[in-house]
Amino acid sequence: MFNQKLFVGSHAPYWHNGNSISGKSYHIMLAALPAVIFGIYQYGVPAVGVLALSMSCAMIWELIMNILMKRPVSIGDGNAAVIGLLLGMLLPATTPWWAVIVGTFVAVVVGKQIFGGMGCNPLNPTLVSIAIIMLSWKSLMDFNATLVNYDFDFNMIYPLAAVKGFGASAVADYTTRGLLMGQQSGGIGATFGLGLIIGGLYLMLRGYIRWEISLSFLAGVFVTALLFNVSNPDKYADPVFHLLTGYTLIGAFFLATEDSSSPVNFIPMIIYGAFAGILTVLIRNIGAFVDGVVFAILIMNIANPLLDKIRPKAMGRGTKYA
Amino acid sequence: MVKRPFFGLGKPNLKYPVVEAQEQDTVKEIPVPDRVTLSLEDPYETDEELSVKIGDKVKIGQKLKLKEDDKAYVISSVTGTIAGISQYDGYLGKTYRTISIDTADKDKSDGQRLVLGNAGEFLGCLPGKPDFASFLDTQSTLNTIIINGVDKDLLIGINQLIVKTEFESLKSGIEYLRESTGASKIMMVVSPEVSSQAEKTGADVKVIKSVYPNALPEVIMKNILGTVVPIGKSCEEMGVGFISAEAVLAIADAITKEQIPVNKLMTVIKKDYTTVNVSARIGTHIKTILDALDIEMHHGDRLVLGGPMMGHAIYSEDVPVSWDTDAIMVQDKNQINLSSDSQCLNCGECVRACPAKIPINMLVRVLENGLYEDAAKEYDLLSCIECGLCSYVCTAHIPVFHYIMLGKYEFARIESMEETNV
Repeated sequence: MFNQKLFVGSHAPYWHNGNSISGKSYHIMLAALPAVIFGIYQYGVPAVGVLALSMSCAMIWELIMNILMKRPVSIGDGNAAVIGLLLGMLLPATTPWWAVIVGTFVAVVVGKQIFGGMGCNPLNPTLVSIAIIMLSWKSLMDFNATLVNYDFDFNMIYPLAAVKGFGASAVADYTTRGLLMGQQSGGIGATFGLGLIIGGLYLMLRGYIRWEISLSFLAGVFVTALLFNVSNPDKYADPVFHLLTGYTLIGAFFLATEDSSSPVNFIPMIIYGAFAGILTVLIRNIGAFVDGVVFAILIMNIANPLLDKIRPKAMGRGTKYA
Repeated sequence: MVKRPFFGLGKPNLKYPVVEAQEQDTVKEIPVPDRVTLSLEDPYETDEELSVKIGDKVKIGQKLKLKEDDKAYVISSVTGTIAGISQYDGYLGKTYRTISIDTADKDKSDGQRLVLGNAGEFLGCLPGKPDFASFLDTQSTLNTIIINGVDKDLLIGINQLIVKTEFESLKSGIEYLRESTGASKIMMVVSPEVSSQAEKTGADVKVIKSVYPNALPEVIMKNILGTVVPIGKSCEEMGVGFISAEAVLAIADAITKEQIPVNKLMTVIKKDYTTVNVSARIGTHIKTILDALDIEMHHGDRLVLGGPMMGHAIYSEDVPVSWDTDAIMVQDKNQINLSSDSQCLNCGECVRACPAKIPINMLVRVLENGLYEDAAKEYDLLSCIECGLCSYVCTAHIPVFHYIMLGKYEFARIESMEETNV
């Protein structure tokens, strides 16, 4: 028996196109780098501190949960690191250490692991965490207060807060060019519009995120903001301003596209993205919160299972759509 | 191995190979082996009262049946003595009886000439079409016959090679098909590269884009005939029969040259993904073929009967070439990609790749939990056309295709159990 040659048996197919979870995570992190590096350049060492603590804590929480739940150790797939990185990018640079630790706990443990790990979370873990921070410690997410010690050569008032409080004229000095180049206050990795767009384009072209979701989200924001702007140009800011401020871009490319909480069929993806975009502007313009991206995407996350029921009829079944 | 392209917006684009003109001389003949093994589907449980016995002398072209009044038979591909009969469990729990024959006179390799009174009697199994008998049975219901000039799986080039080089012979085979089955339409599906040769065969030529899985019967039905096969029906029940170009060539040779088809053309896919076309007696052991090509296999490698997407992995080299073995693929230890048990991420790659539009992201969750009836009734399990693209693209490396085949098998078992209980 010892000399017998035996071959590995398995089911077809015997090829794989090389996709992997870790590859996907690393590409997402790579795409986020331009925005992250700009954030570090702008806010200096405190930003490094928040990002590093956020990523490492997310991975440690994942490891702790793996051990507690007696599951294979899954920090190697990079998903926890992505959650940590995205959370860090959304937070202001002065976030205290305990808030980062609590935030990553909420993201990884409450947002993801208690549902069974990657692929089982109904909501985007990063957004669950940022929503809880926003609701629990309002002052931490008030960018005007937290970034008060930073003084750059541009208007340091959080643009969305300004437009909410004082109307469109308050943000007249924000130029499109300036917003693209990150001349606004906000989360560490959420302000550099150009970097986020480059990262998003890279992910879309490589197929790591779905262009349907990102583009329909941006279209939803643009169209709704345009309608508000046309109806009352004094009160509501123009659509390009809405596209480039707050969490819109990071939401379109990195948050709304999270796999497990977004649909997979074409029409549902368009509906999901467009409605998230519409809700974003509705919350910003007539809702209570300054930025609506977080809650808009979370609401559409909840609608996702229902949306994905809209699907083409499989081959050999009757009519074309259910 | 074909990796995902740099730009990943669309579906996987796996092209069928294009056969070059100079390849026609490179079909390597494998000499007649010392022993061949033939297999026959086996409904019986014991060895008793079988009509074939160890020690029986058989002649090439002789029909071997397990019992005298059986309909199913296999044609002996050599002249010799039966050396062994044993049972073998195949894919999806099918049982086979294998009959080993020691070749008596190897040099008399062209002793296969037999005068055929009625060719149809001996064409029950054809290379590339083991169930040709069903074609002749159902002559009243088949109205279209589609000759597949493209190989179903990737990297295989035998049918394309035949259309390219043997279009003269195919002509007489097509005429025989027309007469014996009474089918009003005979179509031939080919890739664009060989359409000019295919035109000369007299069949109605349809050109398909040579991208996987366009050569699968269900996809051809949809794209060429515009009819979708409903769940629970086969193409044959829809009046459409599929046959490979190789089988048509075998018919032509049987009629014009009075040769009983006993050779099988195969593509051998080596470890470096280069391919060789070989021709061997049916029943030749894989080891003989690999030895003739100087391919060395080691413990822990992978050996696949069939192509990379739809083949069956086998654990030993002592398995014979069968009537439908279109390819032999060998993979080195380090080329083997293993599946994992991680959950579905819901990334949707499979949903976009699926030619049958199955909601695989939902289906795989249901199948993982063994809910086979739900899978069949709500998540379109039975629409699957078994191309394997879902597993090919799966980010989480879930063996989706395996789950689907298991689900189909288990669902069929549940159904038949319910029927017997009623």
